[in-house]
Amino acid sequence: MPTLDHYLVLSAVLFAIGTAGVFLRRNVITILLAIEIMLNAVNLTFVAFGRALGSSDGQIIVFFVITVAAAEAAVGLAIVIALFRHRESLNPDTFTTLKW
Amino acid sequence: MIPFYLFGAVAVTASLLVIGQRNPIYSVLLLITSFGALAGLYVLLDAPFVAAIQIIVYAGAIMVLFLFVVMLLNAPHEDTEEDLARGIAAQSSAKGTLAPDTRWAPAPGVRVFGASLATLFVLEVVWALTRRGGESGEFARAPVTSVGAIGRSLFTDYGFAFEVTSVLILVAMVGAVVLARRERPSAAKAEPGVGRPHGRHPERA
Amino acid sequence: MTPLLVAQLVLTLFVFVMLLNSAAAMVYMERKVAALLQQRVGPYLVGPKGLLQPIADVVKLMFKEELRPAAADRFLFALAPIISATAAIAAFAVVPFGAETTFFGLLDEPLRLQVADVNVAMLVLFAIASMSVYGIVLAGWSSNSKYSLLGGLRSSAQMISYELSYGLALASVLLLANSLSLADVVDRQAGSWFVVLPRWHVFLQPVGFVVFMIAGIAETNRAPFDFPEAEQELVAGYHTEYSSMSFAMFFLAEYINMVTVSAVATDLFLGGWHGPFLPASLGWIWFLIKVGAILFFYVWMRWTLPRFRYDQLMTFGWKVLLPVAVVNLIVTAAGVLYFGL
Repeated sequence: MPTLDHYLVLSAVLFAIGTAGVFLRRNVITILLAIEIMLNAVNLTFVAFGRALGSSDGQIIVFFVITVAAAEAAVGLAIVIALFRHRESLNPDTFTTLKW
Repeated sequence: MIPFYLFGAVAVTASLLVIGQRNPIYSVLLLITSFGALAGLYVLLDAPFVAAIQIIVYAGAIMVLFLFVVMLLNAPHEDTEEDLARGIAAQSSAKGTLAPDTRWAPAPGVRVFGASLATLFVLEVVWALTRRGGESGEFARAPVTSVGAIGRSLFTDYGFAFEVTSVLILVAMVGAVVLARRERPSAAKAEPGVGRPHGRHPERA
Repeated sequence: MTPLLVAQLVLTLFVFVMLLNSAAAMVYMERKVAALLQQRVGPYLVGPKGLLQPIADVVKLMFKEELRPAAADRFLFALAPIISATAAIAAFAVVPFGAETTFFGLLDEPLRLQVADVNVAMLVLFAIASMSVYGIVLAGWSSNSKYSLLGGLRSSAQMISYELSYGLALASVLLLANSLSLADVVDRQAGSWFVVLPRWHVFLQPVGFVVFMIAGIAETNRAPFDFPEAEQELVAGYHTEYSSMSFAMFFLAEYINMVTVSAVATDLFLGGWHGPFLPASLGWIWFLIKVGAILFFYVWMRWTLPRFRYDQLMTFGWKVLLPVAVVNLIVTAAGVLYFGL
């Protein structure tokens, strides 16, 4: 039977994959997808702990996390579209005008 | 135990492929697969409501948004054979790969830092998997949380958060519409009528 | 292999086969009803009264050449019809179509006529409906053709817009029934008021029923909401580049989606399998009659009404149907609270 530890390790692995994706990929949309992976890993942790502690709070917090992730994805993609219109590029390294 | 390993393997593999392969559309589809596996894990954790919400909202709406944006921006896909034969280079500026990109040279310490982080992580996972004892064990016989109980709790204990979240979504919606709007040159606004002349002989319009 | 397990497997297989047959039957019914509405005869050559026409259609489609545009994304091109067909058939897994029965005493305990009896059936239905958007949008993208892309994007935007009204109409019934399980919703509609009027939700929620039917027609991309597949505008929309069995799968998916939406509407609003003069164990006959009536209505709508232009369609979905659905939900909530309906 999977114990709480199993779920936590799986969640940690997924979070690490998401973090690696944010640092390694050079495509803004893929970076946003990696952020979504991280959010999902956190959701899994919440639900697992909610189940272990026997309360429904875990599921409710996941409800809010999913909602906030939706809002963030919408705004993030709108920003990506606006940026793409200026530079015709999805590589975050082309947006370096603020560097000195 | 088998369903857990199955769903877990699918989730991890799909997530690795999301960040590991080149085509953004495939990344989005693989992420949807990963979400499906996670929904299966939620069902195993006695949370069918969250599993359904995950599929409806995350995999069914947010990922459609991602897919639309990827298609709209025509995020570069791999060259088809015809393009390569005609010598057309792909839009190389946006090709994201894991192979080192010649224009992106990381600072010397970054690779070392990343490698040490990864090693630390692997050691930690090995430690977590092999230790004995500890107080977390089997899941308790938890009371079944029905959707009704979740709803009741959501609207009473978490009522404020609920209302704030709805305002947040409204703000995000307005923000997304404003941010993604196309800039219209003010000269075109002053001109009444149809705008550019149309037809086969626009100079005679 | 207990008898219950065998019965459940047989039931699953039966539902699957019957769905495929229903698509074939819908092909025939559509052509016959269209013909009668247009004052002509329709198929009459193949078999008595043209009843074997669907078989002829299937054979024709099977023997056509399977084409794939050279620049099309190979994997996605093959995957899109699979997603469409799978989502369409899977959605029927949670729809109950008959009362509990012991199959003439062969089983020890009664088995509900439903493939999967989950207690969040409405959410599962909604989830699988959300998945069917992907079949269309991927078909549009992977065909690498402007008609397909436009049709795919328009169609999926339409589907996700009308999903909101669909969900709100579902939520209104949820308020009345106090349960997410479709079987509970149907059980609540047994009996009648004043002997004559059956206790169906359509009498409590007429606006909700209308909203649900309109959203259902828009969800399945049927006329008058079929602009994304309109021949005059977009050749064939998202399935322009498909032929033979892939096209047949899209075709199948559309008809099975219609059947599923009709079945869900019957369960939610029209009392499911409850009806006069028949014992509960034969309730599935009433179910079939009601589903057939709604399908006839679908076909009638297609061949009677002109289609909406795309911007009219989207305006209607967001500015008319969604506020009506929201107001309906609020009024239902007030009614349940104050009148204890």
